[in-house]
Amino acid sequence: MAWRFKLAPDNTKIDFFRWQWITFGGSLFLSVLSVVAWAVMGLNYGIDFKGGTTLRTESTVAVDVGAYREALQGLPLGDISITEVFDPNFTDDQHVTMIRIAAEDETLAVTPEQITQVEEVLRAAIDPEMKFPSVETVGPKVSGELVWTSVLSLIVTSVAIMIYMWLRFEWQFGVGAVLALLHDVIITIGIFAVFQIKFDLTIVAALLTILGYSINDTVVVFDRLRENLQKYKQMPLREVMNLSVNETLARTLMTSVTTLLAVGAMLVFGGDVLRGFSLAIFIGVLFGTYSSIYVAKNIVLIIGLDRSEKAKKSGTPDEFANVDA
Amino acid sequence: MLQFPLWKQLLTWALVIGGLLLAVPNAYYARVEAHNDAAKAVEEAGFATTEQQAALDEWPDWMPSGIVNLGLDLRGGAHLLAEVQVEDVYKARMDGWWPQVRDALRDVRDQVGSVRRQPAQLPYELRVQIENAAGMAAAVDAVRALGSNVVTLTGVGQTDIDVTAEGNVLIVQLSEPERAAVDQRTIQQSLEIIRTRVDVAGTREPTIQRQGADRILIQVPGIGSATELKALIGTTAKLTFNPVVRRGTAEDKTPGAGNVSLPSMDEEGVWYTVEEVPVVSGEDLTNAKGDFDQNGRPAVAFQFDVRGARAFGDYTAQNIGAPFAIVLDGKVISAPVIQSHIPGGSGIITGNFTVEEANRLAVLLSAGALPASMNFLEERTIGPELGQDSIDAGRLATLIAAGAVSLLMIASYGLFGIFAVVALAINMGLIFGIMSLIGGTLTLPGIAGLVLTIGMAVDANVLIYERIRDELRAGAKNAARAIELGFERALSAIVDANVTTLITAAVLFFLGAGPIRGFAVTLAIGIITSVFTAINVTRLIVTYWYNRRKPKTLVV
Repeated sequence: MAWRFKLAPDNTKIDFFRWQWITFGGSLFLSVLSVVAWAVMGLNYGIDFKGGTTLRTESTVAVDVGAYREALQGLPLGDISITEVFDPNFTDDQHVTMIRIAAEDETLAVTPEQITQVEEVLRAAIDPEMKFPSVETVGPKVSGELVWTSVLSLIVTSVAIMIYMWLRFEWQFGVGAVLALLHDVIITIGIFAVFQIKFDLTIVAALLTILGYSINDTVVVFDRLRENLQKYKQMPLREVMNLSVNETLARTLMTSVTTLLAVGAMLVFGGDVLRGFSLAIFIGVLFGTYSSIYVAKNIVLIIGLDRSEKAKKSGTPDEFANVDA
Repeated sequence: MLQFPLWKQLLTWALVIGGLLLAVPNAYYARVEAHNDAAKAVEEAGFATTEQQAALDEWPDWMPSGIVNLGLDLRGGAHLLAEVQVEDVYKARMDGWWPQVRDALRDVRDQVGSVRRQPAQLPYELRVQIENAAGMAAAVDAVRALGSNVVTLTGVGQTDIDVTAEGNVLIVQLSEPERAAVDQRTIQQSLEIIRTRVDVAGTREPTIQRQGADRILIQVPGIGSATELKALIGTTAKLTFNPVVRRGTAEDKTPGAGNVSLPSMDEEGVWYTVEEVPVVSGEDLTNAKGDFDQNGRPAVAFQFDVRGARAFGDYTAQNIGAPFAIVLDGKVISAPVIQSHIPGGSGIITGNFTVEEANRLAVLLSAGALPASMNFLEERTIGPELGQDSIDAGRLATLIAAGAVSLLMIASYGLFGIFAVVALAINMGLIFGIMSLIGGTLTLPGIAGLVLTIGMAVDANVLIYERIRDELRAGAKNAARAIELGFERALSAIVDANVTTLITAAVLFFLGAGPIRGFAVTLAIGIITSVFTAINVTRLIVTYWYNRRKPKTLVV
């Protein structure tokens, strides 16, 4: 046998239900905590959802956020937030910030004149050579709609995946898989709330991607579970589940690690514009793998499977046996 | 022997070679782009300049020349989302109805008595108060007779106006199908006019498309800023020539019936009272271009069509010595005094223009006025340097991701890992090939989709290889059988996993603001090609390898 790198040893016999109160309970706890953080701290919404303007500044002068703030103090603008941006791709004398100006009131966005004013003031106070590589304005009307479309698309995707899982497996599997997915998404949102990372439309795209990707591992486990349920008709459900997860552990880890490697490369080297997006997918895939092993099947176990019906519904071998008899 | 039907082998080969061939032009991006631009220009002009010919020769004609478009966030440029104020048109339509309604009611005067127009409560209605409420039925009948049928797919048999009564007030409204038809026409006209204006400005590959009911998305690569773009398309450019009643230093609150008071464009505090009905308007222009007046100052030269020329000629002949106002979007550019009869229908507009402003105004006037004003809901400007930085970062991330994933696959599956890496490389090529074929746009999130695909594409290989290991462990008859079973039995999990991701991509596409749509497209294409490469291409390679080497024992 040639040498092979292995993420999991062969023939594991781990009891994945043994520490259920920590693993499944912990997941529940984290989910609740995330919802609380989301409700209490709120998300740091970008202009996509709140309306307003962002300016990206680029200068050879090192950034002193205080000086920027002071320079902009006198202008009649809404809430201003200034963050310095770091990226390994930047050269030594490349200093970048993102300035976000909230829409002043609910009806009017920031006007072009105000943006010109901001640019002039910053050039005068910080660096006459300062560049503004991107300026984006979103009106409150659009941002309101985007919130709604985002929520709607998350719901539609979840329901669509649930229906698909139900068609391919039993409905209990669909429910288990989708609850596990929501767990991944909610915890990702929770982390964005706790660390107040900018939450914009690309993050919603990332959340949707998590929904679509995270289910893969769950599908692999459930696929094996379905097969084993046929094979070991007398074995208790819990045992069959443990067997299935153990049998698929190597591939579950492998598929996740390949994806994490790719997303990790994007997170570190992919530039600062996409950082939030990559981070969300990274967190989502991480928790997605965890939930495939520790959450999805537990939910199915809690709901319970009607195994006699299962044998009737998709047990082709049995049908042939009947024909023979 | 491993079996893989010949037709499947050939089909796989054909798809791979075809796809990769389509991807090749992207490796020579600048050269192919120059070639395509030249080809387009030559086709329009009908001949080729030496430069264009040189650009044409840079890329052979028999090669595919489709390339992946770069999104605005990678190329740099301006993005605007505009909302067309269709109510403007409703209001103009109702104003147009008023004289007809008045005349119709005059015919039944003995029953309705005198009529008075009342302020409308909705943009698409006309309210008329009549003296004798008893004659309302006759009034409604008279006005209803004015309506004509709307020709639409859904509104068959419906008239363009709804006439109702409320006490002694007669209400004329544009009917639902008529409003839909008006909306449709307004948006269509706006699209055309914006397209003409952007085209005249000479930028490459602008995207101008309708979005939803009353919105227009405009993306112009290479333009300096959204503000610049807005100056070009945000102006209604409604030009009229109106007789001047008097000139004043403040707004005239009582301009008199049929008159309006308008401010001067350049002179602070100067107001003109002019007749509301213009002598001629911008619709009668056939041509306008940037020019200079006799003093060498920038001006706009224009030419009227036959109707406009006659009206303008008659008016100037009758009103020598009187001033008339040149009004643009409710502001008076200038109000020259008519020196003589102007018969030819051409003239120049002078004002305080710079050369640039004069040229822009000429562009706007030749393209025609927008039927309605626009609100801008979203404005984005992305500098070309930032776009280039993003491309560089994306390329680096892609290479590192591909390298890391390849190493892991080879360390984990040895020779089979190498097969998977070959399939992955082909997969990347196919994604670019298909994107080029359908003229897809690569955006920054699209690059993320590409990187994500690298991580996800090998998943199918992992599932197949692990399954082969299972089959070997379970004591498959021989190595060939284990491979066959591995491919066969991994299929259901692979399909299920990818269908769910495809569902997500579909939703993302429909959620789709521009860049995210780009992500959805690359993700979807990546899913489809990765299933193809992981199943068919890997299978093909494994089959060739197995049948050549005929290994006694199989190590995956």
